[in-house]
Amino acid sequence: MRFIGKEEIENIAIGAALLGTGGGGDPYIGKLMALQAVEDYGPIRLLSIDEVPDDALIVPSAMMGAPTVMVEKIPNGEEAVAAFKAMKEYLGKEIFATMPIEAGGVNSLLPLALAARLGLPVIDADGMGRAFPELQMVTFYLDGVSATPMVLSDEKGNNLLLNTINNMWAERIARTATIEMGGSVMLSIYPMDGKTVKRSAIHHILTLEEKIGRTIREAKERNEDPIEEVLKLTNGHRLFKGKVTDINRKTEEGFAKGTATIEGVEDYKEDECFLHFQNEHLLAETKDKVLCSTPDLITVLDSDTGMPITTEGLKYGARCVVIGMPANPKWRTPKGIEVAGPRYFGYDLDFTPLEDLVNKEWN
Amino acid sequence: MTNYRIGIDVGGTHTDAVILDEFYNVISVVKSPTTEDVSTGIYAAMKDVVASAGVPVEKIKFAMLGTTHCTNAIVERKRLNNVAVIRIGAPATLAIKPLVGVPEDLKAILGKHVYIVRGGHEFDGREIVELDEQHVYEIANEMKGKVDSVAITSVFSPVVNSHETRVAEIVAEVLGDDVALSLSNEIGSVGLIERENATILNAAIVNVARSTADGFVQALQKEGIHAKVFFGQNDGTLMSVEYTVKYPILTIACGPTNSLRGASYLTKQSDAIVVDVGGTTTDVGVLIGSFPRQSSLAVEIGGVRTNFRMPDITAIGLGGGTIIRIADDGSFQIGPDSVGHLLHKKSLIFGGDTLTTTDVAVALGKVELGDSSLVNHLDNALLEKIYSHMIEMVEETVDKMKTSSDPVPVILVGGGSILFPAELKGASVVIKPNNSGVANAIGSAISQVSGQIERIFSMNELGREKTLELAKEMARQEAIHAGADPNELVIVDFEDVPLAYLPGDATKIRAKSAGPLAKN
Repeated sequence: MRFIGKEEIENIAIGAALLGTGGGGDPYIGKLMALQAVEDYGPIRLLSIDEVPDDALIVPSAMMGAPTVMVEKIPNGEEAVAAFKAMKEYLGKEIFATMPIEAGGVNSLLPLALAARLGLPVIDADGMGRAFPELQMVTFYLDGVSATPMVLSDEKGNNLLLNTINNMWAERIARTATIEMGGSVMLSIYPMDGKTVKRSAIHHILTLEEKIGRTIREAKERNEDPIEEVLKLTNGHRLFKGKVTDINRKTEEGFAKGTATIEGVEDYKEDECFLHFQNEHLLAETKDKVLCSTPDLITVLDSDTGMPITTEGLKYGARCVVIGMPANPKWRTPKGIEVAGPRYFGYDLDFTPLEDLVNKEWN
Repeated sequence: MTNYRIGIDVGGTHTDAVILDEFYNVISVVKSPTTEDVSTGIYAAMKDVVASAGVPVEKIKFAMLGTTHCTNAIVERKRLNNVAVIRIGAPATLAIKPLVGVPEDLKAILGKHVYIVRGGHEFDGREIVELDEQHVYEIANEMKGKVDSVAITSVFSPVVNSHETRVAEIVAEVLGDDVALSLSNEIGSVGLIERENATILNAAIVNVARSTADGFVQALQKEGIHAKVFFGQNDGTLMSVEYTVKYPILTIACGPTNSLRGASYLTKQSDAIVVDVGGTTTDVGVLIGSFPRQSSLAVEIGGVRTNFRMPDITAIGLGGGTIIRIADDGSFQIGPDSVGHLLHKKSLIFGGDTLTTTDVAVALGKVELGDSSLVNHLDNALLEKIYSHMIEMVEETVDKMKTSSDPVPVILVGGGSILFPAELKGASVVIKPNNSGVANAIGSAISQVSGQIERIFSMNELGREKTLELAKEMARQEAIHAGADPNELVIVDFEDVPLAYLPGDATKIRAKSAGPLAKN
């Protein structure tokens, strides 16, 4: 067990933006919420997964909806508490700890704000190791854990308890309800016992984010390039460097889809990288080869500061480095690829692990 | 009948002034030192430029001022208003209180009267809850006599502004018309914290803007000039005095913008890279369609995060006064510090004891300035190395700002631009326009009037084409309202960003229209 204070929150926020792979919502709001909660209620206890009893009840916390709504209609702070209380009453059991289901983006920090308010510990684990857009895209689902019972709560005081026949239905109903409730709600979701968390979660993810954030901040202070260090921490690879020359966006089925064209500089001169995104960056390719594809992680970093750039922040003229990072092995199973591989998102290609794509290039 | 206009731009080192005729021909230019209080320098530059132009003062019809008064007030935390902050958003938004993340010293000044009331809207325009008017009356009575400027921010006011306007009515009713009201929907875009911060900063500098504007108008009148006065804003367009006093925050960063716009005008280039070489730094920016390319990052002003759009500028520590240090082993270091406005005392060619970039250029015969015999003794081979390095610094920065390797026109402006050659790597052509030393003041004088809107539209209601046209028309109406000629308006900036997860094709549209001042 160790304590998470303001310094750690600042670092986690940067790591969360990086693992957010361009989506997951700007962690800025989550960071401010966590900072204020720590100021009002004191530091947060972070538990390593082996400190969790097998029979303890763990309830992850997350927001659902449009991050663009959340940056305008900031939460009250009590929504997540209400969602927890309703879950506790329904299950008739004390909740031992909370955790993020999504380490990438804003959802990494919201459980920290909740934990501070309730005085509950947070477990150093999540269900994605990155950001994904849909409720069933979590490692818990790959192991057959149900997303429900789940509770949606809004700032007006509305609570909605869902019990669905499967996770796809949970996603459908919750998404429709979210819009009616004002476009952004807090969830308590995927209630699990400690044993299940140990088996199905991605471990040490908050610590990794903290390390990534600290590396980038320290490098910035020393005026050094943080990207090499980040690649070491994440076993990642540098995929491309260039300037964004074109952005093509459209909205389909509620997702911000599009392609960015990046024109190469330095080692990548004369080449172009096409970056396809649907809230998150999902596929990076050049004219003749695939560089990286989902579920592996693709992140775009500002080439001067090393800070992550979101898909919404990708603008004409942005100078950037594209990096790829291997997804957790749970995502590289047939089921993982079925749930969050390139074909699920409508890209006509089979998943090839990042390392193989990189090695192919050398041969 | 010929008429004239004055353009003034305040920089860190110099305050520049120009007089142009109605066809934008340059009649006279003046460079004078920027003073501690800024105003004295402005008045001096204005007097000098009028005197040297020799045009009848009654024919000076317009006066445009780009000034740093407001920026300085925020950075120095001085002369700020007694501000009240009203956020309309409870029960939402309580998880992050107003002014969280703002530096403590500024928070201590601006955070004395902070209130959150029930109200605000959803993204689709529904009320979250009814506005708590009773509470607003209580707040207004409580702050009576204690504040002179109120920042009002409501959730999703860029979509529906009715709660902000109602709160403004109540505050005006209780506190009277002398209290300045800043409404967030008129200042920033979606993003509550950043928009609220911008609105609070705006409220804090209303007095500074008012005294600056009044002072400038009076100074003009003292010279017998009864011109219509405008202030420059970030995006390279103008605001009336009335508008400036309401939205002073929009004057932040007008300086770099003016120099880009001036460079564009002087060279007739609409797409180019502009290198503005000052005394201490060189600012490099990009012209797209005659307007500065905007930065995509959240900008901090005096340590406060806001969501303004600012010109995308890269600055390097290289100017006409940059100090050069040579070690015993022949290695050298260029800057980043500078003798600044003391160039005429400290540099070698003016009899001083400090080697500067200007000395290097004079010693190599690139520029004629001061007394070149004072730099004859320097080692020419070493100076050549230093000079090539100076050029490389500029070339590299230009390259970083480019969007492709294709050569682009590069415009050199600013007092220090005489140091640099007529050829640069990566430039299709290097243009050094006449009067390049006062490009910023010219940029200020020729500025256009604009109107901008930014809000969320549902494309399903009218269809995409009609919605986009509606947004453009709203921007045009804003520009006409601000004083633009309705017949010569163009849409200079347009962006539509679909909002993730929302149905109905909810799309954030930003549109800006600009045109020359209406003649009458």
